[in-house]
Amino acid sequence: MFVVGIDAGSTATKAVLLEDENLIAWSMNPTGWSPRETAKNIFTSLLEKTGVEEGSLAAVVATGYGRMGISFATKTLTEISCHAKGAHYYFPENETIIDIGGQDSKIIQISPKGSVTKFAMNDKCAAGTGRFLQVMATALGMDLADMANITDIEPCKINSMCTVFAESEVISLLANGAAKESIAAGLYYSVAKRIVSMSSGFRINKITFTGGTAKNSGLKQALEKELRHSLVIPQEPQIIGALGAALSFNSL
Amino acid sequence: MSDWRQMWTDLDMDLEKHDILMNVLGQIYDDLFISQHDRPEGMGYYDFVMTELHGLRVKELMDMKEQGKKVVGTFCVFVPEEIVVGSGNACIGLCAGADFTVPDGEAVLPRNICSLIKSLMGFKLAKICPYFQATDLVVGETTCDGKKKAWEILNEYVPTYVMELPQCKETRDMELWEAEIKRFKEKIDELSGRVITADEIAEGIRIVNAKRDVLQRLQNLRAADPSPISGKDAILINQLSFFDDHKRFTEMTSKLCDELEKKVATGEGVFPKGTPRILLAGTPMPIPFWKPHHIIETSGAVVVGEESCIGTRYFESKIPEIPTTIDEQITALAKRSMGVNCSCFTPNTARGEDIVRLAKDLKVDGVIYFNLMFCQPYSIEYGVIEKRLEKEGIPIIKIESDFSDEDSGQLKTRIEAFVEMVKK
Repeated sequence: MFVVGIDAGSTATKAVLLEDENLIAWSMNPTGWSPRETAKNIFTSLLEKTGVEEGSLAAVVATGYGRMGISFATKTLTEISCHAKGAHYYFPENETIIDIGGQDSKIIQISPKGSVTKFAMNDKCAAGTGRFLQVMATALGMDLADMANITDIEPCKINSMCTVFAESEVISLLANGAAKESIAAGLYYSVAKRIVSMSSGFRINKITFTGGTAKNSGLKQALEKELRHSLVIPQEPQIIGALGAALSFNSL
Repeated sequence: MSDWRQMWTDLDMDLEKHDILMNVLGQIYDDLFISQHDRPEGMGYYDFVMTELHGLRVKELMDMKEQGKKVVGTFCVFVPEEIVVGSGNACIGLCAGADFTVPDGEAVLPRNICSLIKSLMGFKLAKICPYFQATDLVVGETTCDGKKKAWEILNEYVPTYVMELPQCKETRDMELWEAEIKRFKEKIDELSGRVITADEIAEGIRIVNAKRDVLQRLQNLRAADPSPISGKDAILINQLSFFDDHKRFTEMTSKLCDELEKKVATGEGVFPKGTPRILLAGTPMPIPFWKPHHIIETSGAVVVGEESCIGTRYFESKIPEIPTTIDEQITALAKRSMGVNCSCFTPNTARGEDIVRLAKDLKVDGVIYFNLMFCQPYSIEYGVIEKRLEKEGIPIIKIESDFSDEDSGQLKTRIEAFVEMVKK
């Protein structure tokens, strides 16, 4: 039985194809200005790539910020439920999921069966999200991919929480001769502190880290230090939402 | 509408701004209420009240004023409306739930206070509420810090009488509150130009008791699965209970309850049986604030109760036996309001028990705790309520917002996720 899951995120759109709950293929494209079009295109190319007919699909489950616009979806589900399912698939012993996406971050607590028991979201402010790091990478004149490898550096203190004001602060620091690497390390601590403050009230234990930002080693290190806990990261942390959406088909 | 324009002009209203408000509200009302399916027929009365909210009902008040009666405006369920009603004057719970008037309120109030206070202030300053314009005396109360200081400012625009609400519920506090009700009674005597009698107050208690009873009856009917009425319609009825003529409102709501009883008997509901059931708990939701209900009921769930001042905290407090002397009546009125478990009091542990009881009686799948941004007492109390519900295994989530629509998308994601979480 074939099922497609689509996560129409604010920054990237992801699609996965499952056969009997096994991951067969996945795709990811920048969302751009039309989540609806991007979702349609990625869906079509995923089916083409794998040779699976649309008619043979048992379901298309959509999640993410742009889920409502995906007219060809047979069901929609929030990204909270989907990330829980997707993370639990890879790490069933883990109780906590930290997802830091393009424009939001979330903490999700799950039961041993993988159902959501508690969650918190930050989707009102760019601080603590991928957008924050993107803006700062530009200010530092660095590639996000290069910036991601900065680890084991003494961090510079960044005072501003706000993305806009933090950007100004970064530019000042550069002008005063601070090293790019120190600033990057400081930015990771800023993001980590935001996550820690969101986590009050949660049992932080056995954590799965998901989202595009999970590929960032510097951020992972800062989070582990501030949370005083290690994080495990799935091989493709960005597709966890789409995977969870497809897996949810059975329980709909 | 031209009839009312003269009346509104006489009330010194800003007609242009008022027109804008009415258009906006009209559109919202269509989108939120009229578009619902399987609405009870009896809702037609409330739809009518809404279309004539600034018209016919205000005219009734103006006619009363011509007969020498006064209009008293209130903002809190602690105020003993029974005394005002008994005295033959009008007692209206004034509007405080529109985002439209918040900018006007922010002209004289800081931004970082509760929207309810900013909205009520804005309604007066913008001169777009005919009830406010017709009000002879506003009754304020020392419930929270924001309100306490806001009355000082409001008094510059309309005579505002402040009742001192105690902080605790000990014997010394009951003494203070009884003294305050006695003082309030004297104020109403002064407003009326005569001494109100015990018989009149007894009648006032009877009328208000009947209104509370019918709202309780409506609430009880929502315990059915499927609920015969939407939460949105139920909150509207509760909100209108503060504006409408008491006797007429009680009669019409009783008729509606008769209709709903029949629906419950045949298992007729507004959402399919088994739709996830939610109890909304928290800060007051004055008219025309319908956002939490609308989002919840368009996200696959039904709201079956409101633990709020516009909700159970209003109608659950009653006066069981009506005393015949004024002193006894004042004591009974004091007891009634002190039975309201408002977060402004410390401690307030009984509220946790209220919420658990309601959650169980209404067989809810989860509780959504709605907190108006900047409301400290209710916000801080959430921690206590969360722990209490955790002990009972009842899921709860806190949603914090104001009256604007800018966070509707984010709220919907959270509420949908919560509904997914509690669905059986």
